[in-house]
Amino acid sequence: MRIIVTIKQVPETSNVKMDKETGTMIREGVVSVINPLDLYAIEAGIEIKELHGGHVTVCTMGPPSAAKALKEAIAMGCDEGVLVSDKKFAGADTWATSYTLGAAIKELGPFDLILAGERATDGDTGQVGPGLAAWLGLPLATYVSKICSLENNQLTVERLVEDGYQVLQLPMPALLTVVKEISNPRLPTLRGKKKARASQLRVLSARDLEVQESHLGLKGSPTKVVKIEYPKVTRGGKMVKASGEEGLHTAVSALFAFLAEKELI
Amino acid sequence: MSYVWTIAEQNKGRLREVSFELLCRGRKLADKMNTKLCSVLLGSNVADDILQELISRGADEVYFIDDPRLASFIVETHSNALSDLIKKYKPHTILAAATSSGRTMMPYVAIQVSTGLTADCTELDIEEGTNYLLQTRPAIGGNIMATIKTPDHSPQMATVRPKSSRPLPLDPTRRGKIVRLPLPDGLYDPRVREVGFRMSHEDSASIEEADIVVAGGKGMKKSDNFAMLRTMARHLGGVVGGTRDAVDRGWLTYPQQIGLSGKTISPKLYVAAGVSGSIQHLAGIKTSEYIVAINQDPEANIFQVADFGIVGNLFEVVPLINARLEAHNKGGK
Repeated sequence: MRIIVTIKQVPETSNVKMDKETGTMIREGVVSVINPLDLYAIEAGIEIKELHGGHVTVCTMGPPSAAKALKEAIAMGCDEGVLVSDKKFAGADTWATSYTLGAAIKELGPFDLILAGERATDGDTGQVGPGLAAWLGLPLATYVSKICSLENNQLTVERLVEDGYQVLQLPMPALLTVVKEISNPRLPTLRGKKKARASQLRVLSARDLEVQESHLGLKGSPTKVVKIEYPKVTRGGKMVKASGEEGLHTAVSALFAFLAEKELI
Repeated sequence: MSYVWTIAEQNKGRLREVSFELLCRGRKLADKMNTKLCSVLLGSNVADDILQELISRGADEVYFIDDPRLASFIVETHSNALSDLIKKYKPHTILAAATSSGRTMMPYVAIQVSTGLTADCTELDIEEGTNYLLQTRPAIGGNIMATIKTPDHSPQMATVRPKSSRPLPLDPTRRGKIVRLPLPDGLYDPRVREVGFRMSHEDSASIEEADIVVAGGKGMKKSDNFAMLRTMARHLGGVVGGTRDAVDRGWLTYPQQIGLSGKTISPKLYVAAGVSGSIQHLAGIKTSEYIVAINQDPEANIFQVADFGIVGNLFEVVPLINARLEAHNKGGK
């Protein structure tokens, strides 16, 4: 079983603080990590390998510094890392990213399964996984919360949708985007970290891929960002203290006045 | 001038509310460009009087590809059908819902018809002069708002966050054309099959589609305490959700998780009890219309984004709110 996990390196947001003056995010000193939602895909890949045997390739498109994310995935238990990196890829939107990743995956040879996180926590689009399936013509299941069975080249999976879980059967090779429910990501072991340090990453640049230059990077992206705004997230709402029996009643009365004013009750 | 399309969604013969929200968005864009608004539905077995509601809520035309093989959402066949329709009719703009199916099908279609797509928009407009769709969306956990356009590609496509707009009022005097179309030969992809469906238990009923969400965090202290939030949700006509902490502790299920690694929601009213307001959680609630927070710690982050905050012990505050709500519902209406 050959499994490819596609990941993205994103800015770490858990330690980010808000600027109380401007009400915006303080971005200085933010470090990069594996997209937290990709950890579930990595773990799912490793678990499939442990259950059915095989090999897990972790693949990312990004600047040379994204090598760190690949090494972390290897430390968790992936077998090899592929860095798709070229200045020509920079600024790609989801269309150009899925195109480039698709070309890179074709370069890696036959595989049985591609796993991806549901979306990345920075761009938050969730479009690269489905786009990649479209480029490669692969059967696709998104929001997969459980792999029920994997036998005779058939996958049965549950996908989390608005009303519940849709159960899908699909032939392999296939592409799944996964949600948190699918797995509990393990921490890297000491042995894993050693292996990661010693591992050689494969680097693929535009020259190595069968791609049309006009489809790459910012130039090849159909969508263009025309404006970025930092919205004030603080709302400066009314605050009341509910202390003591009387304070409690006054506070709740004020809340009901607010709800009534906004026609919420 | 080519049309503005919105993609309606159906479930077992009924239209989802989000279909009407999209028509409200689409109507504004179509009027601005002086063109028609068309609602496209891929599905099976939907009656004419149900389709008529799309007209009554703003559509000029309805295209309905009616085939039993479109009864449940399978991305390959649905995308093939929509891409084929796009190639035939060449719409100017397509808006779909940022739901589990919209966010799966539209990126697939964007590759099939070679155009751009912007995810989960909260504001849309038409650029003067060029008629490009201006697509504004939150990114980086809602900390930036990016406006995106797709020059030199057609159609202009975006998915729109559910609940970020309200349906137009029903106007039964509106008239429009309803066109039923067959699924053309060769577009059905037999590879992927739905073999079952497991409904969520009612507690986790779709928090993205709810008008009112009552959420609990670490401050709820234990699973049993969520009963009071369920009571509040019932009185308000809402549903219960929670933070990652609440889900990781097993107090709630994952479909109820709100925030960066869970759902992003835009309800009319969001009530947070015992929620401190981490960056990740706030990312999921920032586009709520009104936020009410109840927390013991006056310095809690959640108060920064709240429209109304109560600093106090939620175990005293929530039961009192519930008692008042019960009296209000009994006596009021």
